[in-house]
Amino acid sequence: MKIAFKLAFRNLIGAGLRTWLNVIVLSFSFVVIIWAKGILVGWDHQAKNDMEQWEIGNGQFWHNQYDPYDAFTISDSHAPIPNEFKPEIEKGEMVPMLFAQGTIYPKGRMQPAMIKGIPASQILLKIPTHKLDTVTDAIPAIIGEVMARSSHLEKGSRVVLRWRDSKGTFDATEIEIVDIFSTTVPTIDVAQVWINLETMQEKLLLPEQATLFSFANVEENRPAVGDFKLKTKKELTAEIDAMIKTKSKGQSVFYFILLLLAMLAIFDTQILSIFRRQKEIGTYVALGYTRQQVVTLFTVEGAMHAVLAAALAAVYGIPFFIWQARVGFTVPMDTSEFGMAIAPTMYPIYSVGLILSTTLIVLLTTSVVSYWPARRIAKMNPTEALRGKIQ
Amino acid sequence: MENSAIIQINQLIKRFPMGKGEFTALKGINLNFGTGEFAGLIGPSGSGKTTLLNIIGSLDMPTEGEAVVLGKPISKLSAKESAKLRKESLGFIFQSYNLLQVHTVFENVEFPLLLLDYTTSERKKMVMDALEWVGLTDKVKSKPPQLSGGECQRVAIARAMVKKPSLVLADEPTANLDAANSHNILQTMQNLNRELKTTFIFATHDEKVIGYLKRKIFLKDGLVDHEEWINQ
Ligand SMILES: Nc1ncnc2c1ncn2[C@@H]1O[C@H](COP(=O)(O)OP(=O)(O)OP(=O)(O)O)[C@@H](O)[C@H]1O
Ligand SMILES: [Mg+2]
Repeated sequence: MKIAFKLAFRNLIGAGLRTWLNVIVLSFSFVVIIWAKGILVGWDHQAKNDMEQWEIGNGQFWHNQYDPYDAFTISDSHAPIPNEFKPEIEKGEMVPMLFAQGTIYPKGRMQPAMIKGIPASQILLKIPTHKLDTVTDAIPAIIGEVMARSSHLEKGSRVVLRWRDSKGTFDATEIEIVDIFSTTVPTIDVAQVWINLETMQEKLLLPEQATLFSFANVEENRPAVGDFKLKTKKELTAEIDAMIKTKSKGQSVFYFILLLLAMLAIFDTQILSIFRRQKEIGTYVALGYTRQQVVTLFTVEGAMHAVLAAALAAVYGIPFFIWQARVGFTVPMDTSEFGMAIAPTMYPIYSVGLILSTTLIVLLTTSVVSYWPARRIAKMNPTEALRGKIQ
Repeated sequence: MENSAIIQINQLIKRFPMGKGEFTALKGINLNFGTGEFAGLIGPSGSGKTTLLNIIGSLDMPTEGEAVVLGKPISKLSAKESAKLRKESLGFIFQSYNLLQVHTVFENVEFPLLLLDYTTSERKKMVMDALEWVGLTDKVKSKPPQLSGGECQRVAIARAMVKKPSLVLADEPTANLDAANSHNILQTMQNLNRELKTTFIFATHDEKVIGYLKRKIFLKDGLVDHEEWINQ
């Protein structure tokens, strides 16, 4: 085996240009796969981070009835703020929020929106709620950029907001958009209107009530309190994992094509080698190799493309990875379809596991692709190989 | 000559499948070779020289009969055993040199030693000795494409001889060489035959080669037609 490596290395280097072309293609696959996977890991990490900072803190308590996917539950999902939460709220470590289904009428068009009440004084979440203290004669409201775009609202726009109070009576009032914020978290932006919690409680006739709470406490197993049950950060960010998984599946097709190209090149080289190097194969046998050993030699030779590719990939890939991790990668696409106001700049994260698993997969596929044509050697008649007569 | 037989060939028949039928290339060969012989299989094209040499070299199997080479019955050897026989005791020299093109002269000559248990320094010494025998010590780092045909064949001889095998099989070693180079490599082999007592068996129809042989075995249509011994 040691000899096989030595010989394979010599043969491969000796083959010159062809080897290097294969190695370059393969190293490119290496770099792209690791980079693209790193981006996804980075994105996942960042999306969770953003969600944490903008929406959920380190976890939430939800009213038992609350189901973000069922608009009909909203009107019932509220309860008085439990006394147990009050010290935390006072310290600014917990933010109560009250939700209601409403409708806005920008330019006379009807547009459903989720109205969310949040204390203007909170600083736990990045939503610029302090703007809700702006003094106007309408109710001050803030919205995200995606919402602003879809409803054609600007800073200073006034719009009629209609909702039903807890008794089922319709009420309408005018709100003024006092600020528009940019976030990558779609769930606090798309079709959401933020107003002051107290105003909200007043309008809904639900004083001291809330739908959910985001909190800073990092404890993982907080018990349910009254009508409010714990939603851990993990549960809340599960959707991001699902999104990344879908993205990752999409990427896999791309890796597959990339690897396929590299593998075709190597496969082709192997087939060609076996036909062009018949005399050499015969010579190995004449000099005392078994045909099986020659198969090993050719397989190792093919598989070594992956080793050289990994080395080459390291040469230009590592600086590239480091540079990317520093400057990040801004998706060149319209991210508003994902409900994101700004194209997120993603900072790839490369783990040892990612690099090792990619290397292993490439090495394994290269070995298989190399072994497959090489098996033919085992069936070769050495005397015919020596004459170079095998078709 | 006082020689112990290192090859005994008995009623050796070799048939090749051809179309629907068979073609008999060797029709019953009986031959013995002793240690230190410098012998040649001579005959027209198609007489079976290469076929016989390949069987002696355990690259091919007899159809019937037996060839016992260095005590090993070729027809009964497994792939592993015949590979062992070749790597330990046999050297091959081919008409088209069959050097590994991308390897240096040194690496080509070293190759057979890699399959045996020698240390790096032992290998180095043996390779340099072999290159000394064929007068190519100044081309150690060259690669075959940079060498002349005569030089290539000398590398091939060094490669065949480096492990000091008991038996060297040379199939038309001069066919691609001019007269001067042919004589040069034949003299080299003759010297090695004398100094190391290595047995050489050639397959040839080249008069220059035939002139050096001490034993001439004439093949015709897959049979030994007659033999000539040259006594010195
Ligand atoms: N693998 C094979 N299949 C079929 N026929 C073969 C095979 N190998 C050799 N032969 C036939 O056997 C006969 C002897 O072949 P061989 O190669 O031994 O001749 P040779 O004496 O070495 O001839 P040359 O001087 O041309 O090299 C030829 O007629 C050849 O066509
Ligand atoms: Mg022949």
